[in-house]
Amino acid sequence: MSRPTRRQVLHVSAAALAGTALAAPVAFAGTASARPTAGHGHSEGHQAPAGHEMPEPFDEMYQGRHIEGWPADEGAPEHGHHAGHGGRAHSRSAPAGPHDGMDFVVRIDNDDLHVMRNADGTWISLVNHYETFTTPRALARAAVRELQGADLVPVVTG
Amino acid sequence: MAVRKNQADLTATEKRNFVDAVLELKRSGRYDEFISTHNAFIIGDTDEGERTGHRSPSFLPWHRRFLLQFEEALQSITPSVTLPYWDWTVDRSPRSSLWADDFLGGDGRSGDGRVPSGPFAFSSGKWPMNIRVDGRTFLRRSLGAGVRELPTRAEVDRVLAMTVYDAAPWNSSSDGFRNNIEGWRGPNLHNRVHVWVGGQMTTGASPNDPVFWLHHCFIDKLWADWQRLHPKSGYLPTGNTPNVVDLNDTMKPWNDVTPADMLDHTKFYTYA
Repeated sequence: MSRPTRRQVLHVSAAALAGTALAAPVAFAGTASARPTAGHGHSEGHQAPAGHEMPEPFDEMYQGRHIEGWPADEGAPEHGHHAGHGGRAHSRSAPAGPHDGMDFVVRIDNDDLHVMRNADGTWISLVNHYETFTTPRALARAAVRELQGADLVPVVTG
Repeated sequence: MAVRKNQADLTATEKRNFVDAVLELKRSGRYDEFISTHNAFIIGDTDEGERTGHRSPSFLPWHRRFLLQFEEALQSITPSVTLPYWDWTVDRSPRSSLWADDFLGGDGRSGDGRVPSGPFAFSSGKWPMNIRVDGRTFLRRSLGAGVRELPTRAEVDRVLAMTVYDAAPWNSSSDGFRNNIEGWRGPNLHNRVHVWVGGQMTTGASPNDPVFWLHHCFIDKLWADWQRLHPKSGYLPTGNTPNVVDLNDTMKPWNDVTPADMLDHTKFYTYA
């Protein structure tokens, strides 16, 4: 399975975001369109009016691994109108995409780590799926510790 | 009628039959289909979107149906096999017989977490990690490392005392029995056990560890216990709830079974 390009990742993520009744997907798209499309390390954090603040992007070395993360809508506002994950029409019989339901992209050594935001603003990842973290950065660091040097692999689902 | 027993009460023959049937499902490829299904739902279930297998009212009936399907698969190998349950309020030590080499095998070794012995050890050659989230191909555990203590009986009883099945917004922020047993709120029962076991059990591909079934069988038993304690409390919600499986909605991936169909486990099995 070939690794998705970043653009594909962002496309899927933005579509998932738009179709999900998050606190303020429209506001996210609006802030994204006002931001430079290149780079993801220098933008301000997002603010969802009725919900939780979108965490800051991050990019660091942690225990020898390159971890980075950024809001999933960034750089792909043109995809904001796509039908998304949350609707009843979406068929669960189709395999879930690697970023289905995501609104923040996290990568470890350029491999995607599936993450999800909980209703209370905490985060989980596919590696630690039964344990909540306050930020995607904390989740990425926990995943590095859990991986013990192993590489993430593309998710295989039913 | 199938009888599901406490794993601590299984005979040596019952343990062997269970393990052999699980290994045969693995060899035939059927086992990994269960892992894939679980992983797909755990990724797809979101608090603000469609949610079926987790973080939603149907967490309990969905897993009841999922376990039934797995149990039927085991019984297609050996008809006498039923799912055992692990009462982690009692068998709460890595030295429990659950983790002996004649059953699930033990804790992972320090360093890489690899389970070194038992029927599911990598060295047995019979338990490859085909559906996985990282490159490691061996079963891992780190019992008690991610969280020190398993839930206590008092904590379970506190959750069983809750009279309302579930509540709006029907997700990980809900009050009520379902979310408290799932563990996103309150003393943290189900989620904490996944973390306590460690290894693949902490991931979306948690059925890679056969203890997944014994853990969820106990969660299923606790649902039955709760129903007996609160005969007037029914499954909620009962209709017209977006993204959530109502009482008489069908559940994916089967599409022919509803929470209402799953409420009475005695149609399928009893607990010893």
